[in-house]
Amino acid sequence: MSTAIVDPTAAPAPSTGPQRALPHRRSVALRPGTWLVWAVVAFFLINLFGVIATVVLDSFGRTWFAGWLPKGYTGSNYSDAWSEFSLGQVMTVTFELSFLVVVVSLLLGVPAAYALARRDFPGKKAVMLLFVLPILVPPIAYGIPLATVLYKFHLAGSLTGVLLANLVPSIPFVVYTMTPFIEQVDPRLEAAARMCGAPTRAVLGRIIAPLLLPGMLAAAILVLVRTFGMFELTFLTAGPTSQTLVVSLFSAVFSAGIRSAQSIDAMAVVYTGSMLVLLVLALRFVNPTQLVARTRD
Amino acid sequence: MSTLTTEPSVAPPEPTRTALRHRMAERGVDRTLLLLLPGVVAVIALFVYPFVYGLQLSFQPQGVNAHGGVFASYSAFFHDKFARGSIGTTFYLAIPASLINVGFAVPISYRMRSDFRGKRLLLTILVVPITLGTVLTAEGIIEYFGPVGWFNSTIQWLHLSNHPLTLTNNYWGVLFSLIISGFPFAFLLTHSYLSGIHPSLEKAAATLGAGWWQRFRHVTFPLLLPGLLTTFCLTFVLAFTVFPSAMMVGDPDGKTHVISIEAYEQALQKFNYSQGCAIAMVMTALMFAVIGVAMALRSRLYTGSTGGKG
Repeated sequence: MSTAIVDPTAAPAPSTGPQRALPHRRSVALRPGTWLVWAVVAFFLINLFGVIATVVLDSFGRTWFAGWLPKGYTGSNYSDAWSEFSLGQVMTVTFELSFLVVVVSLLLGVPAAYALARRDFPGKKAVMLLFVLPILVPPIAYGIPLATVLYKFHLAGSLTGVLLANLVPSIPFVVYTMTPFIEQVDPRLEAAARMCGAPTRAVLGRIIAPLLLPGMLAAAILVLVRTFGMFELTFLTAGPTSQTLVVSLFSAVFSAGIRSAQSIDAMAVVYTGSMLVLLVLALRFVNPTQLVARTRD
Repeated sequence: MSTLTTEPSVAPPEPTRTALRHRMAERGVDRTLLLLLPGVVAVIALFVYPFVYGLQLSFQPQGVNAHGGVFASYSAFFHDKFARGSIGTTFYLAIPASLINVGFAVPISYRMRSDFRGKRLLLTILVVPITLGTVLTAEGIIEYFGPVGWFNSTIQWLHLSNHPLTLTNNYWGVLFSLIISGFPFAFLLTHSYLSGIHPSLEKAAATLGAGWWQRFRHVTFPLLLPGLLTTFCLTFVLAFTVFPSAMMVGDPDGKTHVISIEAYEQALQKFNYSQGCAIAMVMTALMFAVIGVAMALRSRLYTGSTGGKG
């Protein structure tokens, strides 16, 4: 494990300590680096665990001002948070929004991905650039002008405005996730269907769509996870009735003072819990690296 | 050459007879392209139009700068020392954060190339912070690294320091949050780039007697470098536009007054949309400048085949 490539026949370096047998000495020589790497990983994971565990523990604690553990445990923080932050309404908005974003971005993105994967046309580079920019430009940079425009059209603050803002990164994301899936489908299947007289609508609906179902599922889950966690765009465009969970969590933390930290943590745990459920769901269908590799070349 | 000259005599082309539709279809333009239309229209309406509108609005100063000329919003930003300082603050946070993230990702993913028990579990754990999002990470950092949190309790228990270290509501809190959310991202990207380099290349070097450092320095690293620059760009963009954690675990009115906070405050707290958009444009320009430098460096490197997936 520690030695990635051990070549037992390699000539030994004559100057280094000759106490032990050759293959064994090599693996010992590689150890310190390996241990250091694992120590760094462990240190990172321990701190990561601490960051998450303190929030979870605190959400169940009565009071926790100092010391290793809270004094006493209770579940009342959750009911407090539920009523205090009207979590029922917030959750409804969050799921409504995520669902709408997934459906609309799939409807707009999959046909575009199909055209991009199948055709080579003049100006294709420009269209690709158009689709890569919203992924590349950070949300906060285009979110401010976008919020200004939405205010101009009196859409900011409504669910429609938040939906429109969240579509900006989602549509290109669907396009780039779907393109490799579409390229895998053999074009001869379509040609055969056309030979049998199927119009474009039937080719898309009865040949392509069923074959693309796994890809669409993966794209849908990835968009769902991203919309659920998307802070900046929702924060810039949401009004009091269209806040998602992550935005109302931020508002609660940032305007803290009157509220107890425990109920904020309870809300954070609700957020993490829902996120983890989505994550487990996502990992059943997609490879972990797909979650981060947004633009692969 | 000789075959080309014989072609036209066999089938003389009749360009006037061919329908426009067919000629277009030969270049790849047919009705399938209509499928692009909804997506393209949506992106133009929701991304390009607002961006152009914001650019134009940034040249129409409003509020206190209304009579200062076309560039008043920009000059107001660059003349205010505190506002201008946000650029430096942002770079001071983003550059170390992305260097740390990429710097640690390389040796760790280099060690983890081979398969071992629990590798998939480890990758899954590393995905968690990405999906947790910055808000929850910030909330956790406030409590974990706080003056009476576990981190400081451990330090004092081990007698490493007599008084609690101040790690939240300042520079360090934001840096930690950038590392916690950015490192897994950098690691997973580097890992996928590294697994695209065929192991036989290193085996060949080992056969020729190269030690592990020589193999890394002269074989793996040069092949990995283009991918590393891309990873650096992506983590840099994430860190450069840090917003929620700079507000929550940082010191938004002082040490971590980053450029995105300045833009947000101008646009949505002081309702000076013109200056808010101007700052957003400055931010985009700076970001593209850094990406441009990284990509220019990348184009000077070898970007050919890496032997495919091993």
